[in-house]
Amino acid sequence: MNRDTSPSIFSVRSLSKRYGSTTVVNDLSFSIAPGECLGVIGPNGAGKTTTIRMCLGLATPDAGEVSFFPGGGAPALQMPADALAIKARLGIVSQFDSLDPDFSCAENLLVFGRYFSMPDALIKSRIPQLLEFASLTHKADAKLSELSGGMKRRLSLARALVNDPQLLLLDEPTTGLDPQARHLMWERLQRLVQQGKSILLTTHFMDEAERLCNRLLVLDHGKKMTEGTPRDLIANNLEPDVVEVYGQGALALAESPLKALAARTEVSGETVFFYTQDAKALLAALADYPQLRTLHRPANLEDLFLKLTGRQIREDA
Amino acid sequence: MSNTPSLWRAPRLSMRWLPVFRRHLLVWRKLLIPSLVGNIAEPLITLVAFGYGLGALVGQVQLGGVAVPYILFLASGSICMSAMNAASFEALYSAFSRMHVQRTWDGIMNAPIQLDDVLMAEMLWAAFKSLFTISVILLVMLVLDISHSPMLLLAWPLLGLVGIVFSSIALIFNALAKGYDFFTYYFTLFLTPTMFLSGVFFPRDQLPGFMQVISEFLPLTAAVELIRPLFMDQWPEHGLRHLAVLLVYAVGGFWVALALTRKRFKS
Repeated sequence: MNRDTSPSIFSVRSLSKRYGSTTVVNDLSFSIAPGECLGVIGPNGAGKTTTIRMCLGLATPDAGEVSFFPGGGAPALQMPADALAIKARLGIVSQFDSLDPDFSCAENLLVFGRYFSMPDALIKSRIPQLLEFASLTHKADAKLSELSGGMKRRLSLARALVNDPQLLLLDEPTTGLDPQARHLMWERLQRLVQQGKSILLTTHFMDEAERLCNRLLVLDHGKKMTEGTPRDLIANNLEPDVVEVYGQGALALAESPLKALAARTEVSGETVFFYTQDAKALLAALADYPQLRTLHRPANLEDLFLKLTGRQIREDA
Repeated sequence: MSNTPSLWRAPRLSMRWLPVFRRHLLVWRKLLIPSLVGNIAEPLITLVAFGYGLGALVGQVQLGGVAVPYILFLASGSICMSAMNAASFEALYSAFSRMHVQRTWDGIMNAPIQLDDVLMAEMLWAAFKSLFTISVILLVMLVLDISHSPMLLLAWPLLGLVGIVFSSIALIFNALAKGYDFFTYYFTLFLTPTMFLSGVFFPRDQLPGFMQVISEFLPLTAAVELIRPLFMDQWPEHGLRHLAVLLVYAVGGFWVALALTRKRFKS
C-alpha cells in the first residue's frame, strides 16, 4: 500500500476467522491513524479478543490482511510474515495479567525489556519513569503478591511501554477493577494519547469507550455494525432524549397512547424506554402517573450499544 | 489466503531464546536452596543408601567379564538417572506452570519472541538444570573417591546431552497435558520402568529376554552404556551407536514436542 495515501499506522482488511462452522470474525476492516485511540466495543463473544489475537499473529486468519505502517519511510509490515518486526513496535496489555509472580515490579520490567533485545542499561534507565507512570515507585522492589488488582494492571501497562511502542493494543484493560483503580487507569491512558501514542482498545464499558476513544467500532457476531466518533454515532443512530419509566404499572405504558409521543419504545425487564426528539410532551403526560418513577436523560453510548446488539443476555458468553 | 503453515515445519532457530533462558535463570537464583535440596540431596541419599548398604551385600558386579564394585556400578548408572529425572521434572511441572498456569509464555510472546524460541528456551533450561544437578553429584562422587577417571571430563558433556534428550521427550507430554495429574502417568508408566530396564541398578542381562529387547531401544540404556565405562576409565563399546541413539531421541523428541506445542497454541 502507498504510504502517501494511507495516513494510518495500522490497518486490518477483510479479516475473517472461523472455528469449525462458527464464523467468529466476519470480513472485518478498520484502520488506526497515528495518535488516534480506536475503541472496539461489543458484547462478550463478539470477536474482540480473536481480532486482537489475529492482529498479534497469535491466531491465523482464514482470510484478510493485517498491516503495520512504521512511517519514516520504512516499508509496510505484514502479519504474520513480519510478526517479530511488528511486535517490536507494539505494546500489549492482554485481558489476563501475565506478569511474573516470582519477580519484583522492577524485575518484571527489566526481564520484559530483554525480550526486545534492549541492553540492560537502557531498560534500567527507563524503569524509574515507567514505575512513576504506573504510580508504583514505592513498590519498585515489592513482590507481585503484594500488589492490588489495579496495581497489577498498571504494571502490565508499564511493561507494555518498556519498548516505547508506536501502537498499544489493550484488551479490556480495566475489566475487574474497582472505580478508583479504573479512573487512575483512564487518566494514564489519556496521558498516553496526549503523548501521541496510537491505541487500539477493546472494552465493554461504554463510559470507558466514550472517555478514551476518538473513534469507535461496534462489533457483534464478528461483524462491524457501525463505526464513528462517539458523538456522531449517538447523533446518527439515536434520538437525543431518553425517558426511562419504571414502577407499578409502567409496562402498560409501552402500549398506551403515550407511545405516540416517542419515536421509539423499548421494554427491558420492568422498565420502559422512550426515545424521543423532544421529551417535553411526554414528560407532561407522565405527570398524570405520580406512582411511576421517571428518569429523563440524554441518549448515550449504552443506548446505542443496546440498540445495535440487543438486550438479550448472551448465553454462550 | 488460507495458508496455514505445517505444524511439522522445521524449528525457526534464532538466539531469541536467550532472554527467556535468562528469565528462568533469574527465578531459579531466587529459589536456589529448596531447588538444590530436591535435585541433589535425593539422588545422593539413594546412592549412599543403595551403594553402601546393598553394595555390602552384593560386593561386585560382573560386567563384560570384569568385576566392578557395586558402588561404582550404581554411581555410573544412577547419575544418568539423575540427569533424566532432573530434566523431566523441570520440563514437565515447571514448564507447565509457565505455559499454562502463570501464562508466562503468553506474556513472552507479546514481545518479539515466537513459540519456537520459547520452547527452545524451556528445553535448554531443563537440560541446564539437569547438568547443574549432575555436576554437583559428580563432585560429591569425586570427593567420595568413587571414581577419578579422567574420562569423567568426557562423561560430563555427555550427561548434558542426556538432559537434552529427556527434556525434549518431556516437552512432548507437556504439550499434551491438561493438568499436573497427567504427568503422574509419564513418571509411573515411562520413567519408572525405564529406570529398572536400563541397567541402572543391576546389569541388563538379568532381565528376561523380551525385556532386554525393549531395553535396547530406551534412551536411558544408551546413556548408561555410553557413560558407565567412562567411570571405569574405559572406552564404551559401540559408543557411536549409543551416541547416535541419544541424538535421534533429542532431535526427534524436540521436533515432536514443537509440533504438538504449536498445535496446542494454534487457534
